[in-house]
Amino acid sequence: MKVWTLHLALLAVLFTAQFWLSPYHATNLARIMVLAVFAMGYNLAFGYTGLLSLGHALLLAAGMYAAGLPAQLCGWSAGPAFIAGIAGGGLAAAALGLLALRTAGVSFMIVTLMFAQAGFLTLLYFAPITGGDDGFAVAAASRTLFGFDLSTDSPRFLAALAIFATGLLASLALVRSPFGRTMVAMRENEERSRMLGYNTFTVKLAALTISGLYAGAAGAAYAILFGYVGASFATIQYSILPMLYVLMGGAGTTLGPFLGALLMFVLIEAATGVTTAHQFIVGAALVALILFAPKGLLGTVRDRWVRWLP
Amino acid sequence: MALEVQGLTAGYGPVTVLRGVDFRAEPGQITCLMGRNGVGKSTFLMALMGLLPGASGTVSLDGTPLHGLPAHEVPKRGLAYVPQGRRLFGPLTVAENLAVGGLVRGNDSATQDHVLTLFPRLRERLTQISGTLSGGEQQMLAIARALCLRPRVLLLDEPTEGLQPSMIALIQDAIRSLKAEGVAVVLVEQRVDAVLKLADRVAFMVAGRIEDAMPVKGLAPDADVFRTYVGV
Repeated sequence: MKVWTLHLALLAVLFTAQFWLSPYHATNLARIMVLAVFAMGYNLAFGYTGLLSLGHALLLAAGMYAAGLPAQLCGWSAGPAFIAGIAGGGLAAAALGLLALRTAGVSFMIVTLMFAQAGFLTLLYFAPITGGDDGFAVAAASRTLFGFDLSTDSPRFLAALAIFATGLLASLALVRSPFGRTMVAMRENEERSRMLGYNTFTVKLAALTISGLYAGAAGAAYAILFGYVGASFATIQYSILPMLYVLMGGAGTTLGPFLGALLMFVLIEAATGVTTAHQFIVGAALVALILFAPKGLLGTVRDRWVRWLP
Repeated sequence: MALEVQGLTAGYGPVTVLRGVDFRAEPGQITCLMGRNGVGKSTFLMALMGLLPGASGTVSLDGTPLHGLPAHEVPKRGLAYVPQGRRLFGPLTVAENLAVGGLVRGNDSATQDHVLTLFPRLRERLTQISGTLSGGEQQMLAIARALCLRPRVLLLDEPTEGLQPSMIALIQDAIRSLKAEGVAVVLVEQRVDAVLKLADRVAFMVAGRIEDAMPVKGLAPDADVFRTYVGV
């Protein structure tokens, strides 16, 4: 009960943030919530199932383009485009998993990275359709939902919150379900799981596909809420970012991805205001984190003080 | 007959460890497997579970062939394996470990209740993170988790290794209870006193083969077979 209360309390605080944050910061918070959905998906694959992927940018971009291209080329509205984006991420993840999950460990990282790079180059190759490096802006007509203009502050914030809340509560329900425990079993000892009758390939494929659904939702949400689709989202930077969010917030904790995304965003914002070498400050913060809280912030909190934290 | 193995040959890549093992385990009996280090006892249990690709020979349970099945299908057919070193899912609680153990056979409360009757100490620790249990409790949980599969044959690899005597006694009691319920227990064990106390039959492995097998009844702790095959 206290677990659900904690998560609902966070959502309540986020809901009120639109009233006390400036429009600029509220927009940033909406962006953080969308990126946190991406990180939540990454956390399900990496934090809970032990799949260290370097190819999640492919899944984010799959969702983004699966939503953005129909909106751009066929004039789809936000609802169908968003659903197409989720499906795009899930399908890309399933296809990636069918091939990459034949490997494990470092090989899995390399193979996922390779596919993500292939995806990025494909987007550049088909630049006349995808917009290549420049990308394209999603038409305003495709950014409305039930009459609400999602390009304006308040509807955009509420839409981001709705997607984040759905992702967070679904993630919590999933990790507390029998399948969630199976994911953890897989992470802890794959061979032992097999000896208990689990088809480890199927479990990992399912976890990766769910992770892809989250990445697809985040990509589609980004395209619709912020109106931009571009190949830069398929670069390795967007495979590294969710990993950093998860590592910073706490891998294998439901709230860690949001906390990591929030802190990283704030850290980059603050560092950018101080120096042009802001990545140096971010790097130093990450080194400090590894030294003093190797399980991430919430992972450390759970280990030391709050054992019930999911 | 519960478990019958004929001509089982297996190993790791190019290294052949098992060289045509013939073996039988009967329901309601405890069969101990003894032998010096490196003769293939643990490899034999892994091969039974289908964990060694490229194994040849036949393994059948009540006449149903198990050889050639993917490893994850074997536990569903009635074989459960508790490897050396326990290997729990450390961050999960005791209850969650048991739930994961029984999921593929459709967790039912009667099975879990029965398992907790065998190991009452675990009932007191259901919400405890399994990684924080004592060594003996972890071993109990490893066995309990395997029992959630409702096995007809239980393979145990040195389950009392490194445990204090009181814990050893509790685990041995549980193994006797399983025998009384008709489970065929195959136990890899190095200690002669434990074998004499628990087993109905003992099989001796030498260089990847079963060299000798006999009833335990009548064997003395200083019998020649122990000196010959185990070196004690």
